[in-house]
Amino acid sequence: MSETYEFTIGELRREYRASLAKAGLGMLAVGVCLAHSGLFDAQRLMEAGPALADLLGEMMPPDFSNWADWGMPLLDTLAMSVAGTFLAVCLSIPLGFLAAANASPHPVVHRLARGVLNFLRSVPELIMGIVFVAAVGFGALPGVLALGLHSVGMVGKFFAESVEHCDKRAVEAIRATGATPMQVMLHGMLPQVLPQMADIAVYRWEYNFRASTVMGMVGAGGIGFQLMGSLRLMQYQEVAALLLVMLVMVTLVDALGSWLRGKFV
Amino acid sequence: MLTIQGLTKSYQAHTALHPTDLTFEASRFSVLLGPSGAGKSTLLRCLNQLTVPTGGTVEVEGVGPIDTASKRHALRCMTGFVFQQHQLILRQTALANVLNGRLGCTPLWKSLLPWSRNDVTEALGCLERVGLLDFALIRAGRLSGGQQQRVGIARALAQKPRIILADEPVASLDPAKSEEILDLLLEICREDGICTVVSLHQVDLARKFADRIIALKDGRVVFDAPPSELSESALEEIYSSGGDVSSQPEEETGEDELAVLEAKAA
Repeated sequence: MSETYEFTIGELRREYRASLAKAGLGMLAVGVCLAHSGLFDAQRLMEAGPALADLLGEMMPPDFSNWADWGMPLLDTLAMSVAGTFLAVCLSIPLGFLAAANASPHPVVHRLARGVLNFLRSVPELIMGIVFVAAVGFGALPGVLALGLHSVGMVGKFFAESVEHCDKRAVEAIRATGATPMQVMLHGMLPQVLPQMADIAVYRWEYNFRASTVMGMVGAGGIGFQLMGSLRLMQYQEVAALLLVMLVMVTLVDALGSWLRGKFV
Repeated sequence: MLTIQGLTKSYQAHTALHPTDLTFEASRFSVLLGPSGAGKSTLLRCLNQLTVPTGGTVEVEGVGPIDTASKRHALRCMTGFVFQQHQLILRQTALANVLNGRLGCTPLWKSLLPWSRNDVTEALGCLERVGLLDFALIRAGRLSGGQQQRVGIARALAQKPRIILADEPVASLDPAKSEEILDLLLEICREDGICTVVSLHQVDLARKFADRIIALKDGRVVFDAPPSELSESALEEIYSSGGDVSSQPEEETGEDELAVLEAKAA
């Protein structure tokens, strides 16, 4: 009896020491990264304070005098985020099914679809924005294309994962009724994953709204374009006002998004 | 109605079903008995090709031997399958689940449109028949276990089947509910002249409902006769632990048996 006790206590101690060692190694790795990126450079950090304070001082008070010119760019940004998300969802539904192991017609197609999704996810939307500005010119259109394509990478992957997690027994029952593979997908899998898909889409819209404010910086229209202009002219008071407007908009969009997502059960 | 010859299913080294010849007739209520892992689920699933048999033939009256994809489709359309865990889409309504039974005989383009008034009327008829008309618009996930199984049966009925296969349809229900469900299946079998094959693990229920009892053991038919001939000694023979039972995979339900075997095969 007591031997088993001793052995179990010994095992526990060993496990504890082992996890302590692993945690130590992890901390060390993080520490190396901190040092490498200059976070321990006290002198530079000390200088940052006054510089920041200067900049903040120049931003005060925020200058809203050009507010009337911001309405259209804000609408552009909003429209860009909605259109980009719609584009992403349209492309993600077929790609998501092809990339789901249980719905893909062939393992090669499954790998290929996953590869496409990985590629789209790995090209940053700003790079896509620059490419599309070069391709179709300035304005909201390159922004929509860039946001849409980049979003497919993540939205398609999440769609594929929710398809893979759907109840396969219910799917089997649909197969047993004589439904074709396409009908099995549309009537056995899709109804099960529709709420998750809606949730992912709205979540992505919230993200795309934040991202589309930045898209303007590469010439793809929207409120980011205004921000870039004010920054170039060093009108920091207007920059501050624009940042505040964007903060309010992002907060509103996030609130609307989470309210919508609460509706999908 | 349904004839199998030399039907076999092997998963690599393990043979779940040895070559088996059987004939099932219309209007007859056949019960598959046998210990866990005897091959009841495998046989039922091979009958409508949810599991692809390793060898042998399945032949259906009016369709012929099932050797092409289109014949398999025809077989599945006319065969209602009732599962142990009902296997409904829980967030859809009872009615929507029953309507899914009509998918087999609906072309793809048409299944993308809303269901026709005719289809909905027929599905409601199926729900009425299983006593759940008032629950048509309730989500399947909110129904009780017995009610969910009734929806499963209504979905099979919506196929207008000539064959109904039921894999342990009452294994997760209490005794009173079990009898209700079997009563319903028997009534449907008699009224519509459906060839019905049900696997059960309760001997008393098999005795009460079956026209014919087929017992499986280690993937072989060891008994095939009316229930009156099922003596105590025959039962002992069926349920005695045979030579290679210990090497059989543990099986709680048909589902698990299949999962284990398929995992092994993969």
